[in-house]
Amino acid sequence: MKKTKFFAGAGLLGAAVLAAFLISADHLDAPAAAGTSVDIADLYAFEGDNPNNTVFVATLQGPLQPGTVTENAVFDEDVLVEFNIDNDGDFVEDLVIQAIRRDSTMYFFGPSVVDAADSGLNSEVYINDVAGQVEISEVGEQIVASNNGMTFFAGPRRDAFYFDFNQFNEVVSGSAAPAGFLPSNQASDFFEGLNVLAIVVEVPNSLLGDAPPHVGGAVGLTGLPNAYNVWVSAKRKQ
Amino acid sequence: MNTYNIKLVMVAICTSLLFVQCADDDDNGNVISQETCDDGIMNGDESGVDCGGSCDPCGVNDLDFSGTYAQEDVMGRPGINTVFSGADDVKNDFNTTIVSDRAAFQPTFEATLEAYHDVYGDALGVDLDYEANILTLDAPTFTTVLAQFDALQVAPDAPTTYFDGTNVLTGRNLGDDVIDISLTLMFGGTTGTRFDGNNGTPQLTSDGAGPGDRDFTLPFPYLEPVNVN
Repeated sequence: MKKTKFFAGAGLLGAAVLAAFLISADHLDAPAAAGTSVDIADLYAFEGDNPNNTVFVATLQGPLQPGTVTENAVFDEDVLVEFNIDNDGDFVEDLVIQAIRRDSTMYFFGPSVVDAADSGLNSEVYINDVAGQVEISEVGEQIVASNNGMTFFAGPRRDAFYFDFNQFNEVVSGSAAPAGFLPSNQASDFFEGLNVLAIVVEVPNSLLGDAPPHVGGAVGLTGLPNAYNVWVSAKRKQ
Repeated sequence: MNTYNIKLVMVAICTSLLFVQCADDDDNGNVISQETCDDGIMNGDESGVDCGGSCDPCGVNDLDFSGTYAQEDVMGRPGINTVFSGADDVKNDFNTTIVSDRAAFQPTFEATLEAYHDVYGDALGVDLDYEANILTLDAPTFTTVLAQFDALQVAPDAPTTYFDGTNVLTGRNLGDDVIDISLTLMFGGTTGTRFDGNNGTPQLTSDGAGPGDRDFTLPFPYLEPVNVN
Protein backbone atom coordinates (compact mmCIF):
# COMPACT_ATOMS: atom_id res chain seq x y z
CA MET A 1 0.00 0.00 0.00
CA LYS A 2 2.83 2.34 0.82
CA LYS A 3 4.27 2.16 -2.65
CA THR A 4 0.98 3.22 -4.15
CA LYS A 5 1.86 6.61 -2.69
CA PHE A 6 -1.16 7.92 -0.95
CA PHE A 7 -0.57 11.37 -2.39
CA ALA A 8 0.81 10.29 -5.75
CA GLY A 9 -2.33 11.11 -7.69
CA ALA A 10 -2.78 14.52 -6.25
CA GLY A 11 0.87 15.31 -5.67
CA LEU A 12 2.05 17.83 -3.18
CA LEU A 13 -0.77 20.20 -4.03
CA GLY A 14 -3.19 17.54 -2.85
CA ALA A 15 -1.20 17.13 0.30
CA ALA A 16 -1.34 20.85 0.96
CA VAL A 17 -5.09 20.93 0.41
CA LEU A 18 -5.49 18.00 2.74
CA ALA A 19 -3.34 19.69 5.33
CA ALA A 20 -5.46 22.82 5.17
CA PHE A 21 -8.21 20.86 6.90
CA LEU A 22 -5.94 19.41 9.52
CA ILE A 23 -6.73 21.52 12.51
CA SER A 24 -6.19 19.30 15.54
CA ALA A 25 -7.25 18.12 18.03
CA ASP A 26 -10.78 17.75 16.75
CA HIS A 27 -11.34 21.39 15.81
CA LEU A 28 -12.96 21.52 12.36
CA ASP A 29 -12.17 17.84 11.89
CA ALA A 30 -14.60 16.92 9.13
CA PRO A 31 -16.42 18.93 6.46
CA ALA A 32 -19.91 17.94 7.56
CA ALA A 33 -19.34 19.13 11.12
CA ALA A 34 -16.77 21.90 10.65
CA GLY A 35 -17.97 25.33 11.59
CA THR A 36 -21.35 24.11 12.83
CA SER A 37 -22.83 24.00 16.32
CA VAL A 38 -22.02 20.27 16.65
CA ASP A 39 -18.31 20.75 16.00
CA ILE A 40 -16.30 19.34 18.91
CA ALA A 41 -12.92 21.01 19.46
CA ASP A 42 -11.49 18.92 22.28
CA LEU A 43 -12.14 16.39 25.00
CA TYR A 44 -10.27 16.39 28.30
CA ALA A 45 -10.79 14.03 31.23
CA PHE A 46 -8.67 14.26 34.36
CA GLU A 47 -8.55 13.86 38.11
CA GLY A 48 -10.21 16.78 39.89
CA ASP A 49 -8.79 18.92 42.67
CA ASN A 50 -10.68 16.39 44.78
CA PRO A 51 -8.85 13.20 43.73
CA ASN A 52 -12.02 11.19 44.23
CA ASN A 53 -13.60 13.06 41.32
CA THR A 54 -13.14 12.96 37.56
CA VAL A 55 -13.52 16.11 35.47
CA PHE A 56 -14.93 15.94 31.96
CA VAL A 57 -14.39 18.88 29.63
CA ALA A 58 -15.83 19.22 26.13
CA THR A 59 -14.98 22.27 24.05
CA LEU A 60 -17.02 23.16 21.00
CA GLN A 61 -17.28 25.52 18.04
CA GLY A 62 -13.60 26.40 18.16
CA PRO A 63 -11.64 28.27 17.25
CA LEU A 64 -13.54 31.44 18.17
CA GLN A 65 -11.94 34.81 17.58
CA PRO A 66 -11.97 37.11 20.63
CA GLY A 67 -14.48 39.94 20.77
CA THR A 68 -17.86 39.80 19.10
CA VAL A 69 -17.38 36.31 17.64
CA THR A 70 -16.87 34.90 21.13
CA GLU A 71 -19.53 37.12 22.68
CA ASN A 72 -22.11 36.00 20.11
CA ALA A 73 -21.27 32.29 20.24
CA VAL A 74 -24.08 30.19 21.72
CA PHE A 75 -24.71 26.56 22.47
CA ASP A 76 -27.35 25.12 20.13
CA GLU A 77 -30.60 24.03 21.82
CA ASP A 78 -30.86 21.25 19.23
CA VAL A 79 -27.43 19.78 20.02
CA LEU A 80 -27.09 17.20 22.78
CA VAL A 81 -23.54 16.81 24.10
CA GLU A 82 -22.78 13.45 25.71
CA PHE A 83 -19.84 12.17 27.72
CA ASN A 84 -19.84 8.43 27.04
CA ILE A 85 -18.27 6.01 29.51
CA ASP A 86 -17.49 2.37 28.74
CA ASN A 87 -17.29 0.32 31.94
CA ASP A 88 -16.57 -3.13 30.50
CA GLY A 89 -14.06 -2.62 27.69
CA ASP A 90 -16.29 -3.23 24.67
CA PHE A 91 -16.26 0.41 23.52
CA VAL A 92 -20.03 0.59 23.83
CA GLU A 93 -21.21 3.24 26.26
CA ASP A 94 -22.54 1.92 29.56
CA LEU A 95 -23.03 5.32 31.18
CA VAL A 96 -23.72 8.69 29.65
CA ILE A 97 -23.69 12.22 31.03
CA GLN A 98 -25.79 14.55 28.88
CA ALA A 99 -25.77 18.33 28.54
CA ILE A 100 -28.18 20.47 26.55
CA ARG A 101 -29.09 24.14 26.57
CA ARG A 102 -32.53 25.58 27.12
CA ASP A 103 -32.65 29.37 27.04
CA SER A 104 -29.80 30.71 29.21
CA THR A 105 -29.31 27.51 31.20
CA MET A 106 -27.35 24.31 30.58
CA TYR A 107 -29.16 21.21 31.86
CA PHE A 108 -27.28 18.05 32.84
CA PHE A 109 -28.58 14.47 33.05
CA GLY A 110 -26.95 11.30 34.34
CA PRO A 111 -24.70 9.48 34.72
CA SER A 112 -27.46 7.36 33.19
CA VAL A 113 -27.27 3.65 32.57
CA VAL A 114 -27.51 3.01 28.83
CA ASP A 115 -29.26 -0.19 27.83
CA ALA A 116 -27.54 -1.92 24.93
CA ALA A 117 -30.55 -1.27 22.71
CA ASP A 118 -30.29 2.46 23.41
CA SER A 119 -26.56 2.78 22.72
CA GLY A 120 -25.06 4.03 19.50
CA LEU A 121 -25.71 6.86 17.09
CA ASN A 122 -29.13 7.96 18.35
CA SER A 123 -30.05 9.21 21.81
CA GLU A 124 -32.92 10.60 23.77
CA VAL A 125 -32.55 12.78 26.83
CA TYR A 126 -32.69 10.83 30.09
CA ILE A 127 -35.22 13.24 31.56
CA ASN A 128 -35.71 11.13 34.68
CA ASP A 129 -32.01 11.31 35.56
CA VAL A 130 -31.67 15.01 36.30
CA ALA A 131 -28.14 15.81 37.46
CA GLY A 132 -28.36 19.58 37.76
CA GLN A 133 -28.30 22.81 35.87
CA VAL A 134 -26.15 25.92 35.60
CA GLU A 135 -26.76 29.34 34.13
CA ILE A 136 -24.55 29.71 31.08
CA SER A 137 -21.71 32.14 31.74
CA GLU A 138 -21.14 35.00 29.36
CA VAL A 139 -17.81 36.63 28.63
CA GLY A 140 -16.53 38.02 31.93
CA GLU A 141 -18.66 35.67 34.02
CA GLN A 142 -17.86 32.41 35.78
CA ILE A 143 -21.06 30.85 37.05
CA VAL A 144 -20.72 27.49 38.75
CA ALA A 145 -23.43 25.26 40.20
CA SER A 146 -23.34 22.02 42.17
CA ASN A 147 -25.85 19.30 42.86
CA ASN A 148 -25.58 15.83 44.35
CA GLY A 149 -21.79 15.96 44.42
CA MET A 150 -21.50 17.03 40.79
CA THR A 151 -20.31 20.49 39.70
CA PHE A 152 -21.22 22.23 36.46
CA PHE A 153 -20.03 25.02 34.16
CA ALA A 154 -20.95 26.11 30.64
CA GLY A 155 -19.69 29.11 28.71
CA PRO A 156 -16.86 30.59 26.66
CA ARG A 157 -13.28 29.96 27.79
CA ARG A 158 -9.75 30.35 26.48
CA ASP A 159 -8.75 27.43 24.27
CA ALA A 160 -6.31 25.29 26.27
CA PHE A 161 -5.05 23.54 23.15
CA TYR A 162 -1.68 24.61 21.74
CA PHE A 163 -0.20 23.65 18.41
CA ASP A 164 1.91 25.18 15.63
CA PHE A 165 -0.74 24.42 13.06
CA ASN A 166 0.76 26.48 10.25
CA GLN A 167 4.14 24.78 10.46
CA PHE A 168 2.38 21.41 10.67
CA ASN A 169 0.92 22.16 7.24
CA GLU A 170 4.39 22.92 5.96
CA VAL A 171 5.76 19.69 7.42
CA VAL A 172 3.11 17.35 6.08
CA SER A 173 3.24 18.93 2.64
CA GLY A 174 7.00 18.37 2.51
CA SER A 175 7.79 22.03 2.04
CA ALA A 176 9.44 22.29 5.46
CA ALA A 177 12.11 19.75 4.57
CA PRO A 178 14.73 19.15 5.67
CA ALA A 179 14.31 21.02 8.96
CA GLY A 180 10.75 19.98 9.85
CA PHE A 181 9.18 21.75 12.79
CA LEU A 182 10.62 24.96 14.14
CA PRO A 183 12.65 25.38 17.32
CA SER A 184 10.59 26.48 20.28
CA ASN A 185 11.78 30.06 20.05
CA GLN A 186 10.44 30.27 16.48
CA ALA A 187 7.34 28.08 16.73
CA SER A 188 3.97 29.80 16.85
CA ASP A 189 0.92 28.53 18.71
CA PHE A 190 -2.03 28.95 16.33
CA PHE A 191 -4.59 28.73 19.17
CA GLU A 192 -2.93 31.06 21.65
CA GLY A 193 -5.34 33.96 21.17
CA LEU A 194 -8.49 31.97 20.48
CA ASN A 195 -11.49 30.79 22.46
CA VAL A 196 -13.99 27.93 22.59
CA LEU A 197 -17.35 27.15 24.16
CA ALA A 198 -16.80 24.82 27.09
CA ILE A 199 -18.92 22.37 29.05
CA VAL A 200 -17.32 21.18 32.29
CA VAL A 201 -18.74 18.63 34.71
CA GLU A 202 -16.93 17.19 37.73
CA VAL A 203 -18.27 13.84 38.91
CA PRO A 204 -17.52 11.70 41.97
CA ASN A 205 -15.90 8.48 40.82
CA SER A 206 -18.47 6.65 42.94
CA LEU A 207 -21.06 7.59 40.29
CA LEU A 208 -18.98 6.25 37.41
CA GLY A 209 -18.94 2.54 38.19
CA ASP A 210 -16.06 0.15 37.72
CA ALA A 211 -13.23 0.71 35.28
CA PRO A 212 -12.31 -2.20 33.00
CA PRO A 213 -8.77 -3.48 32.39
CA HIS A 214 -6.85 -0.93 30.30
CA VAL A 215 -7.25 -1.47 26.56
CA GLY A 216 -3.47 -1.26 26.22
CA GLY A 217 -3.38 -4.83 27.43
CA ALA A 218 -4.97 -5.88 24.13
CA VAL A 219 -1.83 -4.77 22.28
CA GLY A 220 0.74 -5.95 24.77
CA LEU A 221 1.05 -2.86 26.95
CA THR A 222 1.15 -4.38 30.40
CA GLY A 223 0.94 -2.85 33.82
CA LEU A 224 -1.49 -0.08 32.94
CA PRO A 225 -4.17 0.80 35.50
CA ASN A 226 -7.81 0.00 34.93
CA ALA A 227 -9.35 2.74 32.83
CA TYR A 228 -12.72 3.76 31.49
CA ASN A 229 -12.96 4.29 27.77
CA VAL A 230 -14.40 7.78 27.31
CA TRP A 231 -15.55 9.77 24.31
CA VAL A 232 -17.70 12.81 23.69
CA SER A 233 -20.41 12.97 21.07
CA ALA A 234 -22.49 15.82 19.69
CA LYS A 235 -25.92 14.78 18.47
CA ARG A 236 -28.46 16.91 16.62
CA LYS A 237 -32.22 16.76 17.13
CA GLN A 238 -33.94 15.08 14.20
CA MET B 1 -92.31 50.36 5.63
CA ASN B 2 -93.24 53.44 7.62
CA THR B 3 -90.95 55.73 9.57
CA TYR B 4 -91.85 54.11 12.90
CA ASN B 5 -90.85 50.70 11.69
CA ILE B 6 -87.59 52.01 10.28
CA LYS B 7 -86.74 53.57 13.67
CA LEU B 8 -87.57 50.31 15.39
CA VAL B 9 -85.29 48.40 13.07
CA MET B 10 -82.47 50.89 13.62
CA VAL B 11 -82.84 50.61 17.38
CA ALA B 12 -82.75 46.85 17.06
CA ILE B 13 -79.58 46.97 14.94
CA CYS B 14 -77.85 49.40 17.26
CA THR B 15 -78.81 47.35 20.25
CA SER B 16 -77.46 44.19 18.67
CA LEU B 17 -74.23 46.00 17.79
CA LEU B 18 -73.92 46.91 21.44
CA PHE B 19 -74.16 43.26 22.34
CA VAL B 20 -71.64 42.36 19.66
CA GLN B 21 -69.31 44.92 21.09
CA CYS B 22 -69.89 43.57 24.54
CA ALA B 23 -69.08 40.09 23.26
CA ASP B 24 -65.81 41.35 21.77
CA ASP B 25 -64.95 43.03 25.04
CA ASP B 26 -65.46 39.72 26.75
CA ASP B 27 -63.01 38.08 24.32
CA ASN B 28 -60.44 40.71 25.05
CA GLY B 29 -60.82 39.96 28.71
CA ASN B 30 -59.61 36.40 28.08
CA VAL B 31 -56.36 37.41 26.36
CA ILE B 32 -53.24 38.20 28.39
CA SER B 33 -51.94 41.40 26.86
CA GLN B 34 -49.15 41.71 29.46
CA GLU B 35 -47.14 38.47 29.82
CA THR B 36 -46.12 37.79 33.37
CA CYS B 37 -44.10 35.07 35.06
CA ASP B 38 -47.17 33.79 36.92
CA ASP B 39 -49.93 33.74 34.32
CA GLY B 40 -49.89 29.98 33.97
CA ILE B 41 -49.06 29.89 30.26
CA MET B 42 -45.86 29.93 28.17
CA ASN B 43 -45.67 33.33 26.51
CA GLY B 44 -43.34 36.23 25.94
CA ASP B 45 -39.72 35.12 25.90
CA GLU B 46 -40.37 32.20 28.23
CA SER B 47 -38.90 28.80 27.33
CA GLY B 48 -41.35 26.94 29.59
CA VAL B 49 -44.53 27.81 31.47
CA ASP B 50 -43.71 30.95 33.49
CA CYS B 51 -39.97 30.26 33.41
CA GLY B 52 -36.90 30.94 31.32
CA GLY B 53 -36.29 34.12 29.35
CA SER B 54 -36.83 37.09 31.66
CA CYS B 55 -38.47 34.85 34.29
CA ASP B 56 -36.63 32.51 36.67
CA PRO B 57 -34.77 29.60 35.01
CA CYS B 58 -36.97 26.63 34.22
CA GLY B 59 -36.89 23.43 36.19
CA VAL B 60 -36.43 20.34 34.09
CA ASN B 61 -40.07 19.39 34.32
CA ASP B 62 -41.12 22.71 32.78
CA LEU B 63 -39.21 22.04 29.58
CA ASP B 64 -39.44 19.96 26.44
CA PHE B 65 -36.47 17.63 25.97
CA SER B 66 -38.31 15.21 23.69
CA GLY B 67 -37.04 13.86 20.41
CA THR B 68 -34.22 11.80 18.99
CA TYR B 69 -30.71 13.19 18.68
CA ALA B 70 -28.37 11.75 16.02
CA GLN B 71 -24.56 11.72 16.18
CA GLU B 72 -22.79 14.23 13.93
CA ASP B 73 -19.43 14.63 15.68
CA VAL B 74 -17.51 12.47 18.11
CA MET B 75 -14.08 12.55 19.71
CA GLY B 76 -11.98 10.25 21.84
CA ARG B 77 -8.23 10.87 21.63
CA PRO B 78 -7.03 14.17 20.21
CA GLY B 79 -6.31 14.49 16.53
CA ILE B 80 -7.35 11.04 15.38
CA ASN B 81 -9.96 11.87 12.76
CA THR B 82 -8.20 15.04 11.67
CA VAL B 83 -4.81 13.45 11.22
CA PHE B 84 -5.49 9.88 10.11
CA SER B 85 -8.75 9.77 8.15
CA GLY B 86 -7.33 11.61 5.17
CA ALA B 87 -10.17 12.16 2.73
CA ASP B 88 -13.20 14.25 3.56
CA ASP B 89 -15.72 11.44 3.10
CA VAL B 90 -13.71 9.21 5.45
CA LYS B 91 -13.72 11.95 8.08
CA ASN B 92 -17.48 12.29 7.82
CA ASP B 93 -17.89 8.51 8.01
CA PHE B 94 -15.67 8.33 11.08
CA ASN B 95 -17.86 10.86 12.88
CA THR B 96 -21.06 8.99 12.13
CA THR B 97 -19.84 5.46 12.92
CA ILE B 98 -20.31 4.00 16.38
CA VAL B 99 -17.10 3.82 18.38
CA SER B 100 -17.20 0.03 18.71
CA ASP B 101 -17.41 -0.47 14.93
CA ARG B 102 -14.31 1.31 13.67
CA ALA B 103 -12.06 -1.62 12.77
CA ALA B 104 -12.67 -0.94 9.09
CA PHE B 105 -10.82 2.37 9.34
CA GLN B 106 -7.51 0.71 10.28
CA PRO B 107 -6.19 0.19 6.70
CA THR B 108 -6.89 3.83 5.85
CA PHE B 109 -5.18 5.00 9.02
CA GLU B 110 -2.12 2.88 8.27
CA ALA B 111 -1.97 4.19 4.71
CA THR B 112 -2.16 7.77 5.98
CA LEU B 113 0.59 7.12 8.53
CA GLU B 114 2.85 5.79 5.78
CA ALA B 115 1.81 8.61 3.45
CA TYR B 116 3.10 11.20 5.93
CA HIS B 117 6.44 9.41 5.85
CA ASP B 118 6.32 9.24 2.04
CA VAL B 119 5.60 12.93 1.66
CA TYR B 120 8.57 13.80 3.79
CA GLY B 121 10.76 11.12 2.27
CA ASP B 122 9.97 12.39 -1.21
CA ALA B 123 10.97 15.89 -0.22
CA LEU B 124 14.24 14.55 1.16
CA GLY B 125 14.81 12.18 -1.74
CA VAL B 126 14.92 9.13 0.50
CA ASP B 127 12.54 6.29 1.25
CA LEU B 128 10.96 6.56 4.67
CA ASP B 129 8.77 4.07 6.43
CA TYR B 130 7.13 4.15 9.84
CA GLU B 131 9.11 2.25 12.44
CA ALA B 132 7.69 0.72 15.61
CA ASN B 133 7.31 3.45 18.23
CA ILE B 134 8.27 3.83 21.87
CA LEU B 135 5.30 1.67 22.83
CA THR B 136 6.79 -1.00 20.53
CA LEU B 137 3.68 -0.89 18.36
CA ASP B 138 4.22 -1.70 14.69
CA ALA B 139 2.17 0.09 12.05
CA PRO B 140 -0.79 -2.31 11.92
CA THR B 141 -1.02 -2.51 15.72
CA PHE B 142 -0.53 1.22 16.27
CA THR B 143 -3.23 2.09 13.75
CA THR B 144 -5.53 -0.55 15.21
CA VAL B 145 -5.25 1.20 18.57
CA LEU B 146 -5.99 4.50 16.85
CA ALA B 147 -8.91 3.32 14.75
CA GLN B 148 -10.56 0.46 16.57
CA PHE B 149 -9.94 1.63 20.13
CA ASP B 150 -10.43 5.37 19.71
CA ALA B 151 -11.47 6.49 23.15
CA LEU B 152 -9.69 8.39 25.88
CA GLN B 153 -8.58 5.93 28.55
CA VAL B 154 -9.37 7.47 31.94
CA ALA B 155 -8.03 5.78 35.06
CA PRO B 156 -10.01 6.72 38.17
CA ASP B 157 -7.35 5.43 40.57
CA ALA B 158 -4.16 6.71 38.96
CA PRO B 159 -2.63 10.11 38.22
CA THR B 160 -3.83 11.61 34.96
CA THR B 161 -1.52 11.87 31.98
CA TYR B 162 -1.70 11.35 28.26
CA PHE B 163 1.95 10.38 28.47
CA ASP B 164 4.57 11.64 30.91
CA GLY B 165 7.50 9.41 30.03
CA THR B 166 6.46 6.76 32.52
CA ASN B 167 2.71 6.63 32.78
CA VAL B 168 0.64 6.48 29.62
CA LEU B 169 -3.00 6.86 28.59
CA THR B 170 -4.67 7.48 31.93
CA GLY B 171 -6.60 10.54 30.76
CA ARG B 172 -5.87 13.94 29.31
CA ASN B 173 -4.92 17.00 31.33
CA LEU B 174 -5.58 20.47 29.97
CA GLY B 175 -1.84 21.07 29.68
CA ASP B 176 -0.71 17.73 28.27
CA ASP B 177 1.34 18.27 25.12
CA VAL B 178 -0.74 15.85 23.06
CA ILE B 179 0.80 17.07 19.81
CA ASP B 180 4.37 16.26 20.79
CA ILE B 181 3.23 12.93 22.22
CA SER B 182 1.36 12.09 19.02
CA LEU B 183 4.26 13.19 16.79
CA THR B 184 6.67 11.10 18.87
CA LEU B 185 4.43 8.06 18.52
CA MET B 186 4.16 8.66 14.76
CA PHE B 187 7.75 9.64 13.91
CA GLY B 188 9.91 8.87 16.94
CA GLY B 189 10.62 5.22 16.28
CA THR B 190 11.52 2.83 19.06
CA THR B 191 13.65 5.38 20.90
CA GLY B 192 11.32 8.33 20.42
CA THR B 193 14.26 10.25 18.93
CA ARG B 194 14.30 8.94 15.37
CA PHE B 195 13.45 12.33 13.85
CA ASP B 196 14.03 14.71 16.73
CA GLY B 197 16.08 17.31 14.89
CA ASN B 198 19.39 16.10 16.30
CA ASN B 199 22.26 14.45 14.43
CA GLY B 200 21.10 15.88 11.13
CA THR B 201 17.59 14.49 11.34
CA PRO B 202 14.51 16.56 10.64
CA GLN B 203 12.46 17.70 13.62
CA LEU B 204 9.24 15.74 13.36
CA THR B 205 8.66 14.72 16.98
CA SER B 206 7.91 18.15 18.47
CA ASP B 207 6.08 21.12 17.00
CA GLY B 208 8.01 23.44 19.31
CA ALA B 209 4.81 25.07 20.54
CA GLY B 210 4.26 25.20 24.29
CA PRO B 211 1.36 26.40 26.39
CA GLY B 212 2.76 29.95 26.61
CA ASP B 213 1.19 31.91 29.45
CA ARG B 214 -1.77 29.58 29.89
CA ASP B 215 -2.54 28.74 33.52
CA PHE B 216 -3.49 25.12 34.15
CA THR B 217 -3.56 25.42 37.94
CA LEU B 218 -6.97 27.08 38.31
CA PRO B 219 -9.77 25.58 40.41
CA PHE B 220 -13.07 24.50 38.84
CA PRO B 221 -13.92 25.03 36.00
CA TYR B 222 -10.15 24.72 35.48
CA LEU B 223 -10.23 26.52 32.10
CA GLU B 224 -9.15 30.14 31.88
CA PRO B 225 -11.46 33.05 31.05
CA VAL B 226 -11.56 33.99 27.38
CA ASN B 227 -8.94 35.86 25.43
CA VAL B 228 -10.50 39.28 25.10
CA ASN B 229 -8.41 40.60 22.22
